[in-house]
Amino acid sequence: MSALKIKKGSTSHSAYNLRPNFSDVQERHTLAVLVDNEPGVLARVIGLFAGRGYNIDSLTVAEVDHTGHMSRITIVTTGTPQVIEQIKAQLGRIVPVHGVNDLTVEGASVERELALFKVNGAGEKRVEALRLADIFRANVVDSTLESFVFEITGAPEKIDAFADLMRPLGLLEVARTGVAALSRGAQ
Amino acid sequence: MTRQMTGARMVVQALKDQGVDTVFGYPGGAVLPIYDEIFQQNDIRHILVRHEQGAVHAAEGYARSTGKVGVALVTSGPGATNAVTGLTDALLDSIPIVVLSGQVPTFMIGSDAFQEADTVGITRPCTKHNWLAKDTATLAETIHTAFHVARTGRPGPVLVDIPKDVQFASAAYTEIEKSDTSIYQPQTKGDINEINELVEAIAAAERPVFYTGGGVINSGPKASALLRELVEATGIPITSTLMGLGAYPASGENWLGMLGMHGLYEANMAMHDCDLMINIGARFDDRITGLISAFSPNSIKAHIDIDPSSINKVIKADIPIVGDVASVLSDLLKVWKAQGRRVNREAIANWQGQISEWRKINCLDFKQEGKVIKPQYALQRLEALTKDMDRYITTEVGQHQMWAAQYLGFEDPNRWMTSGGLGTMGYGFPASIGVQMAHQDSLVINVAGEASWLMNMQEMGTAVQFRLPVKQFILNNERLGMVRQWQELLHGERYSHSWSEALPDFVKLAEAFGAKGILCSDPDDLDDAIMEMINYDGPVIFDCLVEKHENCFPMIPSGKPHNEMLLGEANTQGVIQAGGAVMV
Repeated sequence: MSALKIKKGSTSHSAYNLRPNFSDVQERHTLAVLVDNEPGVLARVIGLFAGRGYNIDSLTVAEVDHTGHMSRITIVTTGTPQVIEQIKAQLGRIVPVHGVNDLTVEGASVERELALFKVNGAGEKRVEALRLADIFRANVVDSTLESFVFEITGAPEKIDAFADLMRPLGLLEVARTGVAALSRGAQ
Repeated sequence: MTRQMTGARMVVQALKDQGVDTVFGYPGGAVLPIYDEIFQQNDIRHILVRHEQGAVHAAEGYARSTGKVGVALVTSGPGATNAVTGLTDALLDSIPIVVLSGQVPTFMIGSDAFQEADTVGITRPCTKHNWLAKDTATLAETIHTAFHVARTGRPGPVLVDIPKDVQFASAAYTEIEKSDTSIYQPQTKGDINEINELVEAIAAAERPVFYTGGGVINSGPKASALLRELVEATGIPITSTLMGLGAYPASGENWLGMLGMHGLYEANMAMHDCDLMINIGARFDDRITGLISAFSPNSIKAHIDIDPSSINKVIKADIPIVGDVASVLSDLLKVWKAQGRRVNREAIANWQGQISEWRKINCLDFKQEGKVIKPQYALQRLEALTKDMDRYITTEVGQHQMWAAQYLGFEDPNRWMTSGGLGTMGYGFPASIGVQMAHQDSLVINVAGEASWLMNMQEMGTAVQFRLPVKQFILNNERLGMVRQWQELLHGERYSHSWSEALPDFVKLAEAFGAKGILCSDPDDLDDAIMEMINYDGPVIFDCLVEKHENCFPMIPSGKPHNEMLLGEANTQGVIQAGGAVMV
């Protein structure tokens, strides 16, 4: 590479990235993917993202229809509009995928995430943590004399904000579920 | 009435019900029950290959030359991993094949058992879909579904992994009609509004061009017939990718020849200067587009493809039409006729005039001088002597492949089998075996380079054992010609590991396998030698010693647009800049 005077790590000369036809604005999209709940289906979806170099910001999966053996995968991803379009088309190609909905563009939607926070502390910090938890409508689900475990649900931004507040108060551990999302309205 | 049978018998029964007459395979511990069933019947012919890669390429050759689904049968572990290259090849070229692999018994899966590999995991990214058949009761339906998925929509390879205990156990057989195919029903009918828009664009266009690809061939003979009708009705010039050769006849008056990196001058210039590009079943591969920012800068682009993910993947489509080529072309022609549409005859006559000017460059011109055979000359003679025969051509990968695409003419679809997307050296020989199995009385020629051919030369055993008279037409330059060409153009003529020493004596090699070998090194002997090859009733290795340092032109250097092609006589040193050198 050095003989060719190309900067290390540069891809601007690659045939595969010269895409002037397309916008390079990065967008964040939440995709809901309905799949047959069969072995390997999650590996197919994740393998697609890994193999084609797409981002996964958050991923949530669980069976939603036990009798119909259907699972719902909620993926939050970031990319240019063209990459997002490719992601949706590529997901739609997977045989056990029944449908791909882009909740970011198909009207309003609600996004919720659940998180557990373990906060250690004593004295004034402990009282402050409890007071902030109350403001954020977080529940105490475990408690010792030196610690709390808070349970909080909300949009990812709310959970980020709560984490920022807890950090100076003795935040020890966080567990987040990733985003679950549904479109608003009757449809 | 349900029929009880073992899983192994189900496999054979399902293949019969799917209309399979030929299976390419290699036995092993985990498929012994299936081989036992194959032994006890006569409806399905089993072709014993010498390596599993050969089985998959042979199944590809069978599939591409017939339009049917090709079938390969391999054992667990190494059998399955050897099939991976063929599966990937079929995925990139959209070839419908079903690979059945044996697996260790279900109760041993995950225990690192002998010849165990995570076949479903390994082949997940190189198949259209795959299944681990864990239960004999659903095995037959899984195989029926596998055939459905392989041939429906954009075709592709699928794999069914069958543990040995599932083969031994018994259950009720599921008939095809009872199998659920509703899980996979891709859209085949194009949006009529988009089709109307395309009709409008064709009627208005002054410099239109059809850019067709393997999708036309995959859509079936009807698609090729409709394409010919459409070209006839409009008089629009047509070019094709490597994969689409034969959909429109090479002798047709609107034929421009192949386009792309080694495409014809007139085809690439027409693509660059057109005002309407109608992509039918092609995918804007990087071998086609060259520098994307300079790709056909002033054209409206229509794109007909059955796979929505092909549209807007590389080039933004102004008129996107998702659908099967035959269905879309049929609708397009109906609208065109019903509305009594006409093209802009005057503008198109001017456009054809411009194309005639480009044609005068005569970009495939070469000089056969002296006593050394030029590879182009060898192919020109092969074409002259065989074009009127019932002929099928396969190729390996490299310079010879491009020359074959340039100098051989194809009048019909399914006559040309080459590894386009993956560029698999070693594809052509086993593919020729698959083609010959499907067309026993036809002339099947594999145009090869000596380096590619050696990659799967073990299949000589298969050709001889099954008396398959495949002709191995090897253009022997004792070089990895295309690698050598790139090293000359890009890497200061430092020919790092691109020549072959210790090549076999191909005539003796043929004789060692019980086949015929022919050596030809003199251009004056070439015609007689080719006729001797054709007239011999059996497999032939034709060792054609050719000019060692011939380069393949025209060539669009990496990182250059279509209108900056290199032609044969050009000084080619230093034409590819640093930016182009990083591209493959």
